[in-house]
Amino acid sequence: MFKVNWIVLLVFLLCVNGFSQNTISGKTSSQDLLPLAGTHIHIGKKSTSSTSNGTYSIKNLPNGTISVSVSYVGFKTIDTIVNVIGNLNLNFTLKPNTAKLNEVIVTHLETSVTKSVLEKKLKIATIEKYSNQSLGDVLREVTGVSSLKTGSAIVKPIINGLFGSRVPILNNNVRLEDQQWGTEHAPSFDVNSAGKITVIKGASGLQYSGDAIGGLVIIEPLSSKKDTLFGKTILNFDSNGRGGSLTSSLHKGNLLGFSWNAVGTLKYMGDRTAPKYVLSNSGSRESNFTGDLKFAKTNFDVTTYYSFYNAKIGILSASHIGNATDLYNAIRNQKPFIVNDFSYNIKNPKQEVQHHIAKLNSNYFINEATTLSFQYAFQFNKRLEFDVRRSANDTPALDLTLTTHSGNLDFKKMWHDWSFKSGFSAANQRNVASSFTGIKPLIPDYSKLDFGWYGIANHRFSDTFSIDSGLRFDYSNINASKYYLKSRWTERNYNTQFNHLIIGDFGTEWLVKPKFNFQNVSGSIGFLKEFDNDFKWYANMSLATRNPNPSEFFSDGLHHSLGTIELGDLGLQKEQAIKISTTFQKKWRYFQLEVNPYLNKIQNYMFLKPTGFETTTRGAFPVWEYEQTNAELLGIDLETQWNINKNWLHTFALAYVNGHDVSNNEPLIDMPPLNVNNKIQFSKKEWHELLLELKSDLVFRQNSFPNNNFNTNIVENGNLESVLVDISTPPPSYHLLHFYSEMKFKTFKSGTATLAFSVNNIMNTDYRDYLNRLRFFASEMGRNLQIQLKINY
Amino acid sequence: MKTFKTIFLSVSLFVSLVFTSCSKDDNPTPQQVIEEEVITTVTTVLRNGTQTITLTSRDVDGDGPTQPVVTVSGNLSANTIYTGTITILNETVTPAEDITEEILTKGLEHQFFFQAPTTLGSFTYTDADSAGKPIGLSFSYTTLNAATGNFTLVLRHEPNKSASGVATGNIANAGGSTDAEVIYPIVVQ
Repeated sequence: MFKVNWIVLLVFLLCVNGFSQNTISGKTSSQDLLPLAGTHIHIGKKSTSSTSNGTYSIKNLPNGTISVSVSYVGFKTIDTIVNVIGNLNLNFTLKPNTAKLNEVIVTHLETSVTKSVLEKKLKIATIEKYSNQSLGDVLREVTGVSSLKTGSAIVKPIINGLFGSRVPILNNNVRLEDQQWGTEHAPSFDVNSAGKITVIKGASGLQYSGDAIGGLVIIEPLSSKKDTLFGKTILNFDSNGRGGSLTSSLHKGNLLGFSWNAVGTLKYMGDRTAPKYVLSNSGSRESNFTGDLKFAKTNFDVTTYYSFYNAKIGILSASHIGNATDLYNAIRNQKPFIVNDFSYNIKNPKQEVQHHIAKLNSNYFINEATTLSFQYAFQFNKRLEFDVRRSANDTPALDLTLTTHSGNLDFKKMWHDWSFKSGFSAANQRNVASSFTGIKPLIPDYSKLDFGWYGIANHRFSDTFSIDSGLRFDYSNINASKYYLKSRWTERNYNTQFNHLIIGDFGTEWLVKPKFNFQNVSGSIGFLKEFDNDFKWYANMSLATRNPNPSEFFSDGLHHSLGTIELGDLGLQKEQAIKISTTFQKKWRYFQLEVNPYLNKIQNYMFLKPTGFETTTRGAFPVWEYEQTNAELLGIDLETQWNINKNWLHTFALAYVNGHDVSNNEPLIDMPPLNVNNKIQFSKKEWHELLLELKSDLVFRQNSFPNNNFNTNIVENGNLESVLVDISTPPPSYHLLHFYSEMKFKTFKSGTATLAFSVNNIMNTDYRDYLNRLRFFASEMGRNLQIQLKINY
Repeated sequence: MKTFKTIFLSVSLFVSLVFTSCSKDDNPTPQQVIEEEVITTVTTVLRNGTQTITLTSRDVDGDGPTQPVVTVSGNLSANTIYTGTITILNETVTPAEDITEEILTKGLEHQFFFQAPTTLGSFTYTDADSAGKPIGLSFSYTTLNAATGNFTLVLRHEPNKSASGVATGNIANAGGSTDAEVIYPIVVQ
C-alpha cells in the first residue's frame, strides 16, 4: 500500500513539469523577524500561503506589471505593484495591526488537515449565533451535516449519513471520549469554548484517527499570538424554554512569554414548547469552564489546558414507556400522554453528565521547518442517567465512569515542496459501571488499550497541483467483565463459541471476561488541482476501519425510550469503509458553486435490526440486535453563494444521501432525508453593520426506509387483538422559516456591542423529525424568539 | 545533537507515561448487580368461601429471554362473586422481594387494570389510595355464565388517575408506563 503510494507520487512528479515563465519567491516575517506561516500571498491571478518557515513561491507568472497583496490575520496587509521581467525574490515584513484590537484572531498553525478534501470551517461569528445551543446544532450549518436528536437538547452530528462512533470529535486535539456510542449521548462540549470548528467529511484526517468512517469534527479553541488582552460576553434570552445563557471569555495573547484564555458558560432552560403543548421535562442546565495557559519561547512552547463540562438534561416525560403496548398507544395518540404546565424543574428521566479534560502539550521547533509536538491528555467522564422507577428515584439507573489517558507524539517537517507528518499515539481507557444502581448496566466494565502510528506526506508538484497520501496503523485491545444471564448466554448461542470466556458461576448468571484484539490499517490518498479561472478540483479516496464499540458488543437490556430490548453480539467483526469523494469548486465574480458527490462502501456495517419478540412480566418487547451487512452510501452535497450586489447575498445548500443495505437489498435505517436550505441576507455597513437574514429549511420526507414494523397484542374491549406498531414510517416533510438580525454599536474605547434578534420557526410549524428518537412521543419545538447581546472588549 | 536529546527525552517520557498508566490491574471483577426493578411474579388469588383459585405468571429471568410461565390452579364457577388479591414478587433475589407492600405505600403512583371480554364478567376495585382513588391490589370479580377467555392484568406506573374513566378501571386514558402486564387464560364453568 505504502509502496504503491510512493510510486504514484513519483509518476506524477515525472509527468508534471511547468511551462515556467517567471517565479516570484521569498519570505514573510513579522517585525521581530519571526517567520509567518500561513501568510496569504496573492500575485496577479495566483495565490499561495507561506510555509511554516515563512517561505513562499509562485511560478508561471507572465511578464509585465502585476499586483501583489500579502495578508495575515492581525497584521497590516501589504498591497503593491511590481514589474516582472524575470524571476524575483521579494521578502515581506508585516507590521501588527494594532488598530483593530477587538478583532478575534484564531491561531493558524496548521493550515489544513488534508489538502485533497475540502474542509468545511465554521468561524466564530457562526458559532456565536449558537451560543445557547449545542455542538450538534451549530454543525448543521455545514452542508451534509444533519443531526440525530433525542428531544431538543441532546443533539449528535451526522456527517453524510453516519454518526456516533463513526464521527470522532476532536476538542483541542483531544479525542472526546465520552459514551459517544449511544444515540442519546450528546458530545460533552460547550460550543462557546470553540474558536473554529472544522468538519472533514470522510476518513482522511489520519493524524487523528483511522476509524472516522463518517467524518471528523475538529474543534480549536480561540487564542491569539498578538500581545493583547480582549474578551467578550454573550447574553442570550430564549422565549421557548424561557431561559438563556451567559458566557464570558477573556483572552491574553502573546507571541512570546505567557498567554492565556478562559471561557465560562452558564445555561438555564425550562420546558420547551411545541406548537400545541408543553414538552414536559425538557429543560436543561449547563455550567462549563475552559482555560489554558501557554508559555512560548522562540523555539518551543508549553501549554496546560483544562476544561469542565457539566450538564443536566431533562428527557421528555412522555417518552418513558413500559412495553410495546405503551409504544403503540403513544404512536396512535400523536400527543404526549404527560403534558404539565410549564416548569423549570427537571425530573426523571434525566441525564447528568460531567466531563473533565486536562492536558499538557508542548511544541518544540527544531528549526524553521521542523516541529516536534508532545501531548498528554486526561479525560474523566461521569454519566448518570435517572429513570422513572418504582422506588429509589434518587438512585441513577445507569452510572458510568469513563477514564481515559492518552498521549501523542507528532513530528512535522517541511522540505521544499514536501510536507511530512508522522506520529505515534497511545491511549488507555477504563469504564466502570456502578453496580449500586439496582439495574443491570447496558454497558459493562471494560478496559481498552490503543496504539496508533501514522505517516502523511503532501507534495506540491506545482502551485496548482498537490497530492497527499497517508497511512495509519492501529492496535486495539479490549478486556471486559460482564455478567450474562445464563438464559441469555444460551439464547445467543454463545455457549457454542464463547464458553471459554466464562470465569465464574453466579447462580442465574455467568461472569464472563471477553477479550478482543484488533489490528487495523487505514489510508488516504488524494489530490487538489487548481485551474486558472478560480476552479478547484479536490479528489480523495480513503480507507477507514472501525472496531465494534462496547454497545455493539455488549448491549444487553431494555431501552426505555423505545420499549425495545437491545442486544449486542460478541461475534461482531470490524467495519471497513472505502470512501471516494470529490469536490468541484468554481468561483465566478459574483457567484460560487461547490459540488461534492461521494460514495462510501462499508463492509460489515453494524446496525440495529429488529429480529423478534420477547415476552416478560412487563409485557412484550421487540428485540433489536446488532447485525452486520454490506452498505453503500451514495450522496451529494451542493452549495452556491450569490453576491447579488453590495448588500444582498443568497446562499443555497442541498444535501442528499441514499443509504442502501446491499446484502439484504433494502434501505438503511436512520438516513437523513433530502434537505434544501435557502438563505437571503441583507447587510449594510453604514447602518451599524446591519444584517438581516431570512432562512428557509425544507426537509423532505424520507422515502427510503426499511420496514421494521411489528405486531403486538393489545386489549381492545376486553379482547386481545393484534395491532401493527408502525415504528418505520418517517414523518411528513416540513418547511421552516427562520429570521436573524443584528446591529453593532460602538461602546467605550474600542469595544463593540452587538445586538441580535432572531426568530426560529417563524410560522410555529408543527412537525416531527425522522432523526429524532422521541418523534413517536411529541412534536418538535415551536417558535422561538431569541435576543442576544454580545459585548466585545 | 540537542535535537536528538530532545526527541529521545520526549519519547522516553511518553513511553513511561503510557506504561505507568497501563501497568495496574485494569480488569478487576465487578460486583454483581442486585436487580431492584424487576418484577418476576404476579400472583392473583380469587376466593369464594372455601374455593381458592390461584393465577400465577412467573418469569424467572426477569427481562431475559425465557418466557413467563402462566399457571391457573383451576376453573371458576359461573355467577359467583370472588374476592381478589394480588401479590407481586421479585424472585431474582434470594429471599424473594415482596413488592406488594411498596405498591400499597406508593398507591398514588400505581393502579391495576383488569381487562377481559364481557362474557367473563366484571371487576370492581375494593381498595383506595390516600386520595381515594383505586389501586387494585384487592378487588372483586363477578363471573357470569360459563365462558372461556383471557384475563389481562396491567399494572401502570404513574398513570393519570384523575383522567376520565380511569377510576372505574378504563385504561384508555390512563397513560403512564407499564410495570407489569400478564395474561391469564380463564375458564368459567
